[in-house]
Amino acid sequence: MAVTVKTFASASEAAGALSSDRTARYLGGGTLVMRALNEGDVAISTVVRAQDQALTRIDASGPRITLGAGVTFARILAERDLAFLHAPARSIGGPAVRNMGTVGGNLFAPSPYGDFTVALLALDATVAVAGGFGARDIPIEEFLQARERQAGTLVLSVSCTRPASSDAFRYRKIARIKPKGGSVVTLAAHLPISGGRIAGARIALGSMAPTQIRARAAERALEGRSLDAATIAAAASAATEGTSPSDNALGSAWYRREIVGVHLRRLLSGQE
Amino acid sequence: MSKIPLQFRHNGRDVAIFVDGGTNLLVALRELIGDMTPKFGCGQGGCGTCSVLIDGELHLSCLTLAETVAGRSIETLDGMKQGPNLHPLQRAFADHFAAQCGYCTPGMLMAAKALLDRNPSPSRDEVIEAISGNICRCTGYEPIINAILAAASGRVSA
Repeated sequence: MAVTVKTFASASEAAGALSSDRTARYLGGGTLVMRALNEGDVAISTVVRAQDQALTRIDASGPRITLGAGVTFARILAERDLAFLHAPARSIGGPAVRNMGTVGGNLFAPSPYGDFTVALLALDATVAVAGGFGARDIPIEEFLQARERQAGTLVLSVSCTRPASSDAFRYRKIARIKPKGGSVVTLAAHLPISGGRIAGARIALGSMAPTQIRARAAERALEGRSLDAATIAAAASAATEGTSPSDNALGSAWYRREIVGVHLRRLLSGQE
Repeated sequence: MSKIPLQFRHNGRDVAIFVDGGTNLLVALRELIGDMTPKFGCGQGGCGTCSVLIDGELHLSCLTLAETVAGRSIETLDGMKQGPNLHPLQRAFADHFAAQCGYCTPGMLMAAKALLDRNPSPSRDEVIEAISGNICRCTGYEPIINAILAAASGRVSA
């Protein structure tokens, strides 16, 4: 069935069109929406696009970085100032998918996809959205918890604070196929150190629940401690708390629960 | 539903077609232009056999909304040969038995071209990364990797 494509010059016009039509989806890089159309998803009858340069802007000069929702993973990889995001960007797809897939679209990618969002969740990112009500900023965790209801809002950009050092932010994607493959488990850790102790630990997990989630029990095990073997062991054994992984062709829920702590231990102890 | 007029460059030639809303670039190329070199594999972005270059950048045509390429330049395998001669990559694929059933070959060649256009002498790891979005179920990948490395180093029969 043919769909109606509406193209707008500005993001705010696109947001208006999106919020007033339940059957409308915003087309970013195409890796989610075109896939749905190819599969004959009849829930989509309108595709909304915006050719707004603001959506593809990267501001990576200062301590707080902002990525337009339409920024592709290939562009992140080409940006030297975004080195801390290169590992998550590189872990997605092959070159063609990285030339197409966007930061904004990744927020909507269902498990086992959405690896970049795992990194953004660990970095406590803020998501700027526009809806019928105007623009506002939402903490990424809140955005993800209400993701089912976000189809009518247009993501404008995401922003986060640059980690203090390359050691303070770590990322690991476990896949069966290398270098490309869907996630069995994806992990990201932000470990700001203050006076030798972790202050504000964030552990984010992908493919361990219907959306990307924080491993709060593991975060509590790290908070206020130094990153020694005993602390790492405590965090690793708490990694499954609050998770609800599902079975798919890449791994069973049981397997994901078995390995997530192992990989969190390796991530925290800096092992390959 | 009304058709949408669409113009773009296809292998150096201007083309003008009418597409239905939501038509993907692969369907536009195969059914409306008659270029059968990009193949339909999965329709999901998992196999890479529909790969084409859009303004020199590797994209999956099945996940590209046709009307987003208005005014842009599309290269497919059909435009790769140089007059009566095969492109060095095509020659290398033949020499190194890099095509068996041939279904992945158009995508593999476009992914390899995207790599060599940017990086004329890639390492083996860079070649593996460049074709990581393309699935081949026949060759085990090694002949393909060897063919791309051979084309890059000029070790191709005339």
